[in-house]
Amino acid sequence: MSTEIKNSQPIIEVRDLVKKFGSFVADDRLTFDVYPGEIFGFLGANGAGKTTAIRMICGLLEPTSGKLKVAGFDGYHEREKIKRNIGYMSQKFSLYEDMTIYENIRLYAGIYGIPRKVRLERTDEMLQKLQLTEHRNSLVGGLPLGWKQKLSFSLALLHDPKIVFLDEPSGGVDPLTRRTFWDLIYEAAHKGVTIFVTTHYMDEAEYCDRVAIMSEGKIVALDTPQRLKEVYEADSMDGVFLKIARNKE
Amino acid sequence: MNQLLGFVKKEFTHIFRDPRTMVILFGIPIIQLMLFGYVITTEIKDARIAILDHSNDNVTREITEKLLSSGYFKLDANLRSETEIEPLFRKGDIKQVVVFERDFAQRLEREGVVSMQVLADASDPNTAQMLYNYTNGIVQDYIRKKFSSITIPLQIKSEVRMLYNENMVGAFMYVPGTMALILMLISAMMTSITIAREKEMGTMEILLVSPLKAKHIVFGKVAPYLLLSIIDASVVVLLGNLVFGVPIRGSIVVLAFLVILYITMALSLGILISTVADSQQVAMFISGFALMLPTILLSGFIYPIENMPVPLQVLSNLMPPRWFIDALKQVMLKGNGLEYIWPNVLILSGMTLVFLLLSIKKFKLRLQ
Repeated sequence: MSTEIKNSQPIIEVRDLVKKFGSFVADDRLTFDVYPGEIFGFLGANGAGKTTAIRMICGLLEPTSGKLKVAGFDGYHEREKIKRNIGYMSQKFSLYEDMTIYENIRLYAGIYGIPRKVRLERTDEMLQKLQLTEHRNSLVGGLPLGWKQKLSFSLALLHDPKIVFLDEPSGGVDPLTRRTFWDLIYEAAHKGVTIFVTTHYMDEAEYCDRVAIMSEGKIVALDTPQRLKEVYEADSMDGVFLKIARNKE
Repeated sequence: MNQLLGFVKKEFTHIFRDPRTMVILFGIPIIQLMLFGYVITTEIKDARIAILDHSNDNVTREITEKLLSSGYFKLDANLRSETEIEPLFRKGDIKQVVVFERDFAQRLEREGVVSMQVLADASDPNTAQMLYNYTNGIVQDYIRKKFSSITIPLQIKSEVRMLYNENMVGAFMYVPGTMALILMLISAMMTSITIAREKEMGTMEILLVSPLKAKHIVFGKVAPYLLLSIIDASVVVLLGNLVFGVPIRGSIVVLAFLVILYITMALSLGILISTVADSQQVAMFISGFALMLPTILLSGFIYPIENMPVPLQVLSNLMPPRWFIDALKQVMLKGNGLEYIWPNVLILSGMTLVFLLLSIKKFKLRLQ
């Protein structure tokens, strides 16, 4: 799959991207491309610089130096245009718990300026897919974690973004729920949405088309999970990760 | 525009669905106004006193009668000897004892000088001072009327008139102060908490990643509180007027302008706090301690600024409520217009601007 998409233009271009907080270098000269329709994973321990990187690419943080292009727009000067073309889901699900499912959908649709007719169509479609139609008027606060996660992801897709950023999206749920969540991610990727996901779960890394492994602000390895396992002679991403950590010591 | 409307609507949903917020918005203002109006009153009514009358003649009886019919005092006990005084004070039953010496009327007539002892419980000095003043006033008044035929040479008679608050009603002072406090509570505290909540819940990131501009987010968060604060201010003014008789002598337009200016100031202060606070708890702590206490203590709300030590007087200049309360009293009680309160308006506007600029600077720092 990755060979055929590499023929097209990258949708995210990152060159020597640096982020410093005072003298602390959070991200050190990151360089990589992400191609349309790809599921691109950022794997690393807490504090490796994943979240800082994703926040820069989303326009939440200004890079210290380097080049950044997202969906064809410049990461410094065209942040507003970038925002219209991306969706984002953070570790905290970020739904309003004191509002109903339907109210949350309406709010996000409003924020992204989705016309009423389109909104109603997509809402129906989405609720049906998530099997939440009969719960549309329930408060989000009372939903199980797995449902919130799926709803949150679907909301990030509501405005038809070219890229969706998922910052540790499946924290706190069991592997089975995580699996069904990934079914949604695959479905979106098949429709051509590029997925950029950060995680520290190794099983999630296996699901990605390509994975960049981060450590102490640097990308130390970047390839398909299959190739990484071959190069590091490991039978799982877990093994790859351990070998990389050991090599550093 | 539609984006913004939906966002404002969402904020109202948060407010109306949270019982605690509703209580703070609509319960507390009314309760506070009533408490300050009725409980913290500096007026004296029915203070319990005892009389020790060694003379028991027509003059002492008349003075006692005058004291008790004034409405300020209520007789707790008629004493027989000095030894009874101390235990009564110790028990705390009485606030003041009036002692008339022997042959009161006779001495007054013959010698022209007679003494009357007033003992007051000064463990509460303000009340003690006030009780004494009332007692003295009543006695002087009695003497003047009773012996009006006798002309005392070179007499200065002071005619006192309490302007702007003829009956010295405490509510005149507390209603403007309560308004300053309530608006600070709702505008500054509630906005800082609601913005901090979005940060805590992680929803702020979603908003920042969306095409909504930062100024729209802030406006959307603040607009509902502006509206609710205006409603609360109207309720306080109305209740103050109907229940406590606090007049509105100045122009309603000027009053509205002043109130909206103060609310805007408090909202920008709330925004500033929220740029510093990452959680609701921190926001609450900062607004509680940094705003409420100074509003109560240093604004001239309860304690006159002129009586404070100089450093505190200087500090009180930095308290926005000080300028608001002063201007509010001028407009409501004296009927002053902009020609008198423009310095206050200028200072409050300046403070608003500073808070907003600081917030923008802080916000930009976060993005870097």
